[in-house]
Amino acid sequence: MSDYAAFFIEIRDGKIRNVSYETATVARNLAKESGLIPIGIAVGSGFSTDLDIFGKYGIPEVVAVDHAGFSDYSPEAYTAAVVDFIKKYNPSFFIMSASAMGKDLSPRIAARLDTELISDIIDIKLVDGKIEAVKPVFAGKARITISTNSPIQFVTLRPKVFLPSEDSATSCTVTASDFDPSSVEVRARIKEVIKGTSGKVDLTEADIIVSGGRGLQDTKNFDILEKLAEAVGGVVGASRAVVDAGWRPHADQVGQTGKTVTPGLYIAIGISGAIQHLAGMSSSKCIVAVNKDPDAPIFTIADYGIVGDLFEIVPALTEEFNKVIR
Amino acid sequence: MKTVVCVKQVPDSETKVVIPEGGLWIDDSNVNYVLNPYDEYAVEEALRIQEKLGGEIIIVSAGPGRAATAIRNALAMGANSGVHIKDDNLRMGLSVAKILAEAIKPLEPDLILLGKQAIDDDNLQVGPMIAELLNLPSVSVVSKLEITENGGTAERDIEGGKEVMEFSLPAVITAQKGLNEPRYASLKGIMMAKKKPMVEKQASDIPGGITITKMEYPPKRQEGKTFKNGVEAVPEVVRLLREEAKAI
Repeated sequence: MSDYAAFFIEIRDGKIRNVSYETATVARNLAKESGLIPIGIAVGSGFSTDLDIFGKYGIPEVVAVDHAGFSDYSPEAYTAAVVDFIKKYNPSFFIMSASAMGKDLSPRIAARLDTELISDIIDIKLVDGKIEAVKPVFAGKARITISTNSPIQFVTLRPKVFLPSEDSATSCTVTASDFDPSSVEVRARIKEVIKGTSGKVDLTEADIIVSGGRGLQDTKNFDILEKLAEAVGGVVGASRAVVDAGWRPHADQVGQTGKTVTPGLYIAIGISGAIQHLAGMSSSKCIVAVNKDPDAPIFTIADYGIVGDLFEIVPALTEEFNKVIR
Repeated sequence: MKTVVCVKQVPDSETKVVIPEGGLWIDDSNVNYVLNPYDEYAVEEALRIQEKLGGEIIIVSAGPGRAATAIRNALAMGANSGVHIKDDNLRMGLSVAKILAEAIKPLEPDLILLGKQAIDDDNLQVGPMIAELLNLPSVSVVSKLEITENGGTAERDIEGGKEVMEFSLPAVITAQKGLNEPRYASLKGIMMAKKKPMVEKQASDIPGGITITKMEYPPKRQEGKTFKNGVEAVPEVVRLLREEAKAI
């Protein structure tokens, strides 16, 4: 039996990404329930001084693999660093985020350790010391409860589902790891990072999303959605029809072949609500739908629906939000 | 260029999920099985690489008897041959990757392509796992790919942008929507696919490490309020969002 419940701290551009507080919170709660010590592992370059912030989340120790060789993400080098940590500390639990980096890195780590991985979970509990996790399948049309017998219980958390919570503050010791990436053969490396043109928050991390569908009729009409999104502090998403028509980039697509999102508020404009769209957004906390067809399936899952002409309703919504949100 | 494309047969995305009483997976009696949409991008990309650099494309799939249809679908698009690893177990995760890696290894491919995820279990695990098991570099969730004789460049989607990665061959690449527009199989392609070589193998006895203990529908949402008075409803909806839902 090991002493630790471990979690991964994701670093990009030298900064701690918010999903790291989600993994920290889950690892700390598991540790409390099973009498273990929560411990973080951070891999990157030039960040170690910030890591004591995890003390606020009740984390007494973080291991920092801080080396110029980790300034950019590399599946091979990061796998080696994390596996080195896991072999040294032998944690009972290992928690990562199902972020872009987590989705790429976690399967490699699992395969190298010969351990099973439970991906993209939305609920977790302990049964006889093992994790029982709930994960959506068929793009959220169903969910399964799964467990593994692996000695390291390894899961990734769907972002924005497990909200970070602080705990009785403790002082967090940052331990420098001596792992040296120069011993790792790296055959895939980042040449360049292209930032999205708008620099907007990614849909999977947005608190408010305003999505447009075929009802918008033309790519230029997304202007009114951009204005609405701005008024309400959200980002613009899109249905598959709109992406397939080339009106919006694929990165904006919500649904089964796009992104699965769980914002606090999802505003669906001119989206009928095909099953594959509903799959990607029906876990949103609050859903508003605007559609001219009173029988559109989107109304069956909306908390607030308005039947009518979106070209009248959207500007009115923008104006009303501008009035009340200040 | 020898390319292996791993494919999976899955219920199509329009499937209405039906869970039998006490069942641990969906009732598939009325399910239309298709080639996993993300794998179609992988097959298409392999064909485009073959058109540029020559070589052969081998489709590898693990699954029950019906999975042969998914292999034939890919052969009809233009791939050269198939390997069907027969396996009746409902599997996910590491054991799938092990079975596929074992089948791929003797083929010694230059490039291994697959979809970023299967749209049934939605795990996004098998691609990078195969890379690790075969000790190869990998790039996942790729929406743009350039392959030369010895290596390549791939753009992968990350939050709010893209990472451009350079890699050497052999390598494993997983395909994201947007990578290309998959072709439809022509009638000639479908006829020819029937005659293309397909090797059948029995899956080795690798135990699955994941246990499903329950399958259920997502919780129903509370019934909402629908306003039929169009633009006049706007102030009331905004008030409710603020005071009732506390969403803004």
